Amino acid sequence: MGYTILKKQELIPGQTTMMVIDAPQVAKKAKPGNFVMLRVSENGERIPLTIADCDKENGTITIVYLVVGKTTAEMNTLPQGGEILDVCGPLGKATHIERSGTVVCVGGGTGIAAMHHIAKGHVEAGNRVIAIVGARSKNLLLFCSELSSFCPELRIATDDGTEGHKGFVTEVLKDILDTEDEVAEVVAIGPVPMMEAVCKVTEPYGVKTTVSLNSIMVDGIGMCGACRCTVDGKTLFACVDGPEFDGHKVDFTELKTRLWQFKEQEQESMKLFSKECQCNG
Amino acid sequence: MADVKKIKKVRGRVPMPHQDAARRGTNFDEVALGYSRAQALLEADRCLQCKVPLCQKGCPVEIDIKGFIAALCDEDLHGAYDIIRKTNSLPAVCGRVCPQESQCEGMCILGKKHEPVAIGRLERYVADTFAAESACEDITDLDTCSLKREDLKVACIGAGPSSLTVAGYLAGRGIPVDVFEALHEPGGVLIYGIPEFRLPKAVVGRELAGLKELGVNFKCNWVGGKTITIQDMFDDGYNAIFIGVGAGLPRFLNVSGENLVGVFSANEYLTRVNLGRAYEFPNYDTPAYKARRVAVLGAGNVAMDAARTALRMGAEEVSIVYRRSEDEMPARREEIEHAIEEGIKIRCLCGPSAFHGDNQGRLKALTVQKMALGEPDDSGRCSPVCLEGETEQFRCDMAIIAVGTRPNPILLEATPDLELNKWGYVTADPETGETSIPNVFAGGDIVTGAATVISAMGAGRKAAREIANRLL
Ligand SMILES: Cc1cc2nc3c(=O)[nH]c(=O)nc-3n(C[C@H](O)[C@H](O)[C@H](O)COP(=O)(O)OP(=O)(O)OC[C@H]3O[C@@H](n4cnc5c(N)ncnc54)[C@H](O)[C@@H]3O)c2cc1C
Ligand SMILES: Cc1cc2nc3c(=O)[nH]c(=O)nc-3n(C[C@H](O)[C@H](O)[C@H](O)COP(=O)(O)OP(=O)(O)OC[C@H]3O[C@@H](n4cnc5c(N)ncnc54)[C@H](O)[C@@H]3O)c2cc1C
Ligand code: SF4
Ligand code: SF4
Ligand code: FES
Repeated sequence: MGYTILKKQELIPGQTTMMVIDAPQVAKKAKPGNFVMLRVSENGERIPLTIADCDKENGTITIVYLVVGKTTAEMNTLPQGGEILDVCGPLGKATHIERSGTVVCVGGGTGIAAMHHIAKGHVEAGNRVIAIVGARSKNLLLFCSELSSFCPELRIATDDGTEGHKGFVTEVLKDILDTEDEVAEVVAIGPVPMMEAVCKVTEPYGVKTTVSLNSIMVDGIGMCGACRCTVDGKTLFACVDGPEFDGHKVDFTELKTRLWQFKEQEQESMKLFSKECQCNG
Repeated sequence: MADVKKIKKVRGRVPMPHQDAARRGTNFDEVALGYSRAQALLEADRCLQCKVPLCQKGCPVEIDIKGFIAALCDEDLHGAYDIIRKTNSLPAVCGRVCPQESQCEGMCILGKKHEPVAIGRLERYVADTFAAESACEDITDLDTCSLKREDLKVACIGAGPSSLTVAGYLAGRGIPVDVFEALHEPGGVLIYGIPEFRLPKAVVGRELAGLKELGVNFKCNWVGGKTITIQDMFDDGYNAIFIGVGAGLPRFLNVSGENLVGVFSANEYLTRVNLGRAYEFPNYDTPAYKARRVAVLGAGNVAMDAARTALRMGAEEVSIVYRRSEDEMPARREEIEHAIEEGIKIRCLCGPSAFHGDNQGRLKALTVQKMALGEPDDSGRCSPVCLEGETEQFRCDMAIIAVGTRPNPILLEATPDLELNKWGYVTADPETGETSIPNVFAGGDIVTGAATVISAMGAGRKAAREIANRLL
């Protein structure tokens, strides 16, 4: 009685994968910024993944994940047509979207997928969206064609200069902040160091900056406090109070430390899993 | 009066067989092993069969205790089970986790001068033995109504003991019930909170299977207020809705260093170990933090469970840090005794004042403020007062905070019409359980704040009775 994987596409083989999952009750309610908790198998761990897109008519949600550990690696072994045991959502507060003018959406790595859903929401609300996506290299860029289908202003940055600006997304962002008259909001989703860097760039401009925190979660419904983070000196739960917060008020150092809590065990799990995979061919 | 006189020649209660204290610190097997048939009969024989059985008044679901014990004395196990099941749909659970000393056994007349009848242990014996000896259909035959009312349906939100009671009661009367649970397994605290060594999952599983046989439909991964709202439920044709989402939002202490790596809420720690089966890591993927010296802050059932769990997960030293004295500890007496037997240290009259970390942000020590006992407060317990300037620091690499919980927020935030009291819990009519929204009922921890399994079940029973009266 799981949730069927209707489509599976390896965007970057072995590294980043997109899945379209049959979950009508989640799709019906999903809004940009929401996430799901999912569990691959009976012995599996619950992990949070952002809803990168949803199709309310067909009752599907799209997730895009980076293979980083046991759960995401196991998920990557599931075939199209296979099943994910548990999918729970939509969770978290939806992105606050209102007509506000120009919004710059910055996405890095797998965060581009999540950012794309939010950018879409802003476009639908009548905002002018400038999207900036970044990756180490051209072949690691995601969702560019989807983004450009609804967002004419797409800027790209790659570390090695194989596409767009050579360098970081923050440099492109600074350029935009310097040249645009008024930017109502900057949304940044991606690796923690990227979000932190974006906040540093926007702070002197006094531009509202929203980030999506990816703290470790257990239940995702506010019952454990695993996801707690410090925002504006207060302890908040990312799963129910967030995951999006005012980036200028987030304690990123604490977030980074807390993400490494279980490093040892995560590595043990992964090692064991890789070994099993090899044994089974 | 006659009853009291008889007490003089009473035997002491039959002791409960336990797994050896030294060995059990290393496994998750159940600690209390349960009575044998002979032990149960011997204990049942101690009951005076009072004319006015006070024990029944002490039980929140008013089990006919005298009646079931009489049936047990006659070796009529089926009869004893039927009597219990008339008012209690989870007897194997209650027999294990009820705070009997303040409920049924606290009222037993024998307790006035001697030890009360071990009612909980007898209830457990009846439930376990009945289940072992009978086929599943025997359990579910009970109360089943041949007339299914396909035209009606009721929704329960949350699958803890309060909702399970509502579901069992209504399903037994032919009303279809869907239980919506946010987590991937039903059971509420019975599954994610109370550990295996005190309440084996198989026991809860048996009770859940009984409910499924009755026709209760469990819908896991459905979050009330997110996946489905109360309005959606009415739109979908549910005639009544019961809210039993519990009070699981953990409180923290608000002292410095609380977000260091190694500081956990009891809910997180227990959820990882129980729901996530972290004690079987890496066969199960959910990890629990590894630690040698553990401080557990608080002294309720939750704190005892967390401490005893940490011990079983391999900690070398576990201590309970509590602001008041041992006499004020809110946990069940038996749990405190078991914890001490297993080697858990008790540091009383100590209030946590700061957590300290190493340069990698990992917990390494805890500072506590020494306390003394002052005047009794509203709860009747002596309140702690700070001894200015007297602090102590001790090493620990994990701290588990078990100082209480608040209402689960998600459903309440999504249902602004629902009236809440000043503490944020749902207001419900004490007789019917109905909330400020007509045909929406609530009960259990979400109404009372963290309480007990049996009081949640009692609230469920009242609401279910009212729902049945309205619908049938
Ligand atoms: C609200 C939310 C939305 C998210 N959305 C996405 C998404 O759309 N796509 C995606 O690829 N990932 C997303 N993440 C991160 C994702 O949950 C983790 O990558 C996942 O839990 C890793 O599980 P694992 O078992 O494969 O790896 P693990 O073995 O658990 O971890 C391996 C490595 O990943 C790091 N890690 C562990 N948990 C997290 C985490 N929560 N966030 C970041 N790093 C972590 C660890 O430090 C470790 O280095 C999201 C996280 C949150 C909280
Ligand atoms: C560690 C621990 C030990 C305890 N020990 C004892 C003991 O020995 N004896 C005793 O009598 N009591 C004990 N208690 C207390 C007792 O377990 C609770 O009082 C009782 O479980 C409350 O029942 P409930 O039905 O109100 O809710 P809960 O058991 O809390 O269940 C609520 C359920 O609702 C779900 N939920 C929450 N929000 C939503 C939502 N929006 N949508 C859908 N589902 C949702 C939760 O996931 C959960 O499954 C203990 C509690 C804990 C935490
Ligand atoms: S349900 Fe609890 S209070 Fe009632 S008789 Fe059983 S053990 Fe006692
Ligand atoms: S259990 Fe105690 S109070 Fe109840 S009938 Fe027996 S002796 Fe009397
Ligand atoms: S993940 Fe448990 S409270 Fe947020």
